[in-house]
Amino acid sequence: MPVTVEIPTEKWSGSVREVTLGATAEQGGTRTRTVTVGGETTLPFLHFEGQMPNPPAVCIEIQDHKPLDWSPLLLEAWGDVVEDPAAWAKEAEAKGADLIMLRLIGSDNEGNETTPEQAAETVKKVLGATGLPLIVRGPGQAEKDNELLVAVADAARGERIALGLCEEKNYATIVAAAQAHNQLVISSTPMDVNLSKQLIILIKDLGLPLDRILMDPTTGALGYGIEYGYSVMERLRLAAFQGDDMTQQPMICFVGEECWRQKESKVGEGVPEEWGDWQKRAITWETITATSLIHSGADIVTLRHPESVKNVKATIQKLMSQ
Amino acid sequence: MALSGLEIYKLLPKTNCKDCGFPTCLAFAMKLSQKQAELSACPHVSDEAKEALAAAAAPPIRLITVGTGDQKIEVGNETVLFRHDKTFFHEPGLMVRVKDDQPLAEVEELVAKVDGFSVERVGMELRLNGIAVENASGDADTFAACVEAVRAKTQLPLILIAKDPAAMKAALAKTDGSKPLLYAADKDNWQAMAELAKEHEAPLAVYEPEGLTALANLVEQVKEAGVEDIVLDPGARTPGESLSTLTQLRRLALKKNFRLLGYPYITFPGEGAESEAEEVILAAQHIAKYGGFIVLDHFDPATAYPLLTLRLNIYTDPQKPIQVEPGLRDINGPSAESPLLVTTNFSLTYFSVSGEVEGSGIPSWLLICDSEGLSVLTAWAAGKFDAEKIAKTVKEFNVAEKLSHQKIVIPGFVSGISGELEEELPGWEIRVGPREAVDIPAYLKNVWT
Ligand code: B12
Ligand code: SF4
Repeated sequence: MPVTVEIPTEKWSGSVREVTLGATAEQGGTRTRTVTVGGETTLPFLHFEGQMPNPPAVCIEIQDHKPLDWSPLLLEAWGDVVEDPAAWAKEAEAKGADLIMLRLIGSDNEGNETTPEQAAETVKKVLGATGLPLIVRGPGQAEKDNELLVAVADAARGERIALGLCEEKNYATIVAAAQAHNQLVISSTPMDVNLSKQLIILIKDLGLPLDRILMDPTTGALGYGIEYGYSVMERLRLAAFQGDDMTQQPMICFVGEECWRQKESKVGEGVPEEWGDWQKRAITWETITATSLIHSGADIVTLRHPESVKNVKATIQKLMSQ
Repeated sequence: MALSGLEIYKLLPKTNCKDCGFPTCLAFAMKLSQKQAELSACPHVSDEAKEALAAAAAPPIRLITVGTGDQKIEVGNETVLFRHDKTFFHEPGLMVRVKDDQPLAEVEELVAKVDGFSVERVGMELRLNGIAVENASGDADTFAACVEAVRAKTQLPLILIAKDPAAMKAALAKTDGSKPLLYAADKDNWQAMAELAKEHEAPLAVYEPEGLTALANLVEQVKEAGVEDIVLDPGARTPGESLSTLTQLRRLALKKNFRLLGYPYITFPGEGAESEAEEVILAAQHIAKYGGFIVLDHFDPATAYPLLTLRLNIYTDPQKPIQVEPGLRDINGPSAESPLLVTTNFSLTYFSVSGEVEGSGIPSWLLICDSEGLSVLTAWAAGKFDAEKIAKTVKEFNVAEKLSHQKIVIPGFVSGISGELEEELPGWEIRVGPREAVDIPAYLKNVWT
C-alpha cells in the first residue's frame, strides 16, 4: 500500500497515584473487599498507549436520615430502606455499588442536631451492614464537620474510610483525625487547577501520605456547569501525566448530588413537554453526567439512582475491555 | 497547519529580486507567515510551491457541509484536542436513522417528530440536525420511495445509507440537489459512489474497518477520483474502540497534519450498544470525543434533550460564558407595586430565574447585574455580585423610579450580604429569597406581600 499510518502515541512521564479504600480483616479492618483507584498512565481508556490498572469505581450515596429534599423518583426507587442507613447500605451493595458514601446531614428530621456519638453509632451500623469500603461526609458546615468526622474516624478505626470534605477553610482537624486513625481524606476545591494543587500541598504538609488523599475538583451537573468541571479535570490529568506531583491524586466526582438538585431531575410537573418522560430524562441526566466525567478522568463517581449505577457500571466494564 | 516563515522561504525562488515589494524573499516569507502579504505578489513562485502553500493553509480537518439552506449543517474545521486549549467550533450533527423496510407511515411519523423537536435552553433553541435513511430492504425503488417520503416531511439535511450504487442513484434523484451525505464508499463500490458524489456535489463518507492505513488508502483513491468533501467511518463501534480510534484520527489530523485523514467522522452509537441506554451513553462519548455526524437509532425527547444539552455545554467557548444584557426586565406586565428580584447576567442563572418568575404568572421586575457572565455564588466569590455592585446596578437602571416600594429580593445563596446591602441602599428593605429558582413561584405567592 502506498501510505502507511503510524498511530501517534503520547509518552507521558507521570502517572496517577493509586489509592486504596477499605481494609480487610488481614489489613486490620472488617471489609470484605478493598477498592483501589488511580494508577493510570494515560488518559481514560486509551489502552493503546498506556495502562489503566483500576476501573473507575461507582459509589452509591446514602444518608443518615431519610432525605427530605430528594426527588420523589429517588425515594420511590429505594423504598423503605431510606429510613435506615444500615438497611440502605446493604441494599446499595446489592444494587452493585463498589463503594458506599454516607452523608451525615447534621440533624434528624425533627431538627435535633446529630451528636458525635450518634454519628459514630450510625457509621458502625453501616459498617456492620455492608462489606464495602466507606466514604463519610459531614453536613458541610466547618464546625459540625469537624466535630462529627473526628468521632467517625475514631469509630471506624482500621477501616481506611475516606473522610470529607477537606476545604481550604477547613481541613486541619479532618486531616489530623484521618492521620490518627489511619483513614483517608477528600480534598475539595472549586474548579481550579491551582487551588487543587495548593490544598493537596497543605494536606501533605500536615504529614498525611499522598496515597491517602482523594481529590474533588468540583463537579457541575449536565447543563449546570459540567463543561467547567470536565475541562478542569482534563487539565489536572494532563498536568499529572506531565509529572506535576501535586495533581496526581485520583479524582472523585459527586455526580448524583449535583444532578438531582436540578429541575430536570427533581420536578416532573409543569415542565416543558419537550423534556420528555421524567424518570427517563432524570436517569439519563445523571448517567451521562457521570460517563462524561469518567471520560475526563473521574476515578470515583457517586450516584443516587440504582438505574444510573447499572448504566454506568456496564459502560465502565465495556470501556475497560481491550 | 500554517507553515512558519522559514518553511515558506524554502519554497520561494530565493533570488531576492524585490518584485514582490519586499527587499528579500525571506522578508516576504515572514510577511506571508503573518498573513500580512499575499502569495500572488511574487510573480516567480513555482506551481509546486503554490500548491504546497495552499495545502498548508487549508484547515487540518476539512469543513464539511451537509444539506442546503438554513438548516444545513457544517462539521469539522476543529483545531484542538481539548476544549480548554481554545474551543470546539462546529457542533456534531445529531441525526436519527430510519430504514426503508419499516412501514412508510411509521417512518413519516418519526421524521415529523424529529423535524418538529425543539427545546429551549439558556435562550437558545436546541434541535436535532437531520435524518439518515437506510436502504435496509436492498431494493432501489423502495429506497427511493422512502427517501422521497422523508423529503416530503422535512427540509433537514439527509444521510443516504446504501451499499448499492444503483440504490443510491435512485434515491439521489429524489433529493432535489439538497446535498445529502452519501454513506458510504467502501473498497468494492468506491468508484461508482465517487461518481455519484461528484455528479451531485454531495459529500461522501468512506467506510473502511480494516485499520487506519487501509482507510487512508481508500480515501486517497476517492480523492484521486475527484471527491473533496469526505467523511470518515473507521468502523469502530464499541465504546472502547470508538474512543481510541477517534482520538487517534483527531491526533493524526492535528498533530501530524495527516491530510488523508483530515476529515470529520461519522458514528453509529446504536451499533455499538446493546440497549437504548447504552446508545445514549455512547452518543455522549461521541459528542465529547470527536464525533462529527452522530446517527442515532432511537428518538425520544427524554434522551434527546440531555444529549443536546451536553453538546451545547461541550461546544461552549471556555473563554466566554453565555451571557445576557444587564438591565431591568419586566415580566408578566408589572406595576409599581410588583416585586423586584435581583440576579446575575450568566444566562443559565438568568433563564432559570426568569423562567420561574414567568411561570408563576406573577407580574414582577427582574434586575440583572453585570457579573461578567458568572453565576450567583461564583460571582459573589469573585466580588462581582456583592452589595456594592447590586446597589450600583439599582441606581444605574433607575429602578426606584419604577416602583412605589423599596423592597428587593436577593438570591438565598447570598443571604450573607443583606446587612451590607442595607447600608449601601439606605431606606430599602432587603428580602432574602429562596436558594433555588424552582422555589420562587411559591415564595412570590406566599411570602411576598
Ligand atoms: C461552574 C462554576 C464555576 C465556573 C464559572 C461558571 C460561571 N459562568 O459562573 C468557574 C470554573 C469559572 C468558577 C470559578 C470560580 N468559582 Co465556582 N463554581 C461553579 C459551580 C460548579 C456551578 C455554578 C453554577 O453555574 N451554578 C448554576 C447557576 C444557575 O446557579 P446560580 O447562579 O446560583 O442560580 C441559582 C440560584 O442561585 C437561584 N437564583 C439565582 N438568582 C436568583 C435570584 C433570586 C431573587 C432568587 C430568589 C434566586 C436566584 O436560581 C438559580 C437556579 O436555582 C459552583 C458549585 C456548584 N456546584 O454549585 C462553584 C462555586 C460557585 N464556585 C466557587 C468559587 C469559590 C469559585 C472561585 C472563586 C474559585 C477560584 N477558582 O478562584 C472562582 C471565581 C470566579 C473568578 N474568579 O473568575 C464556590 C463559591 C463558594 C461560596 N460558597 O462562596 C462554589 C459554590 C464551589 C464551592 N463549593 O466551593 N466556578
Ligand atoms: S518577488 Fe518572489 S522571488 Fe522576488 S524577492 Fe519577492 S519573493 Fe523573492
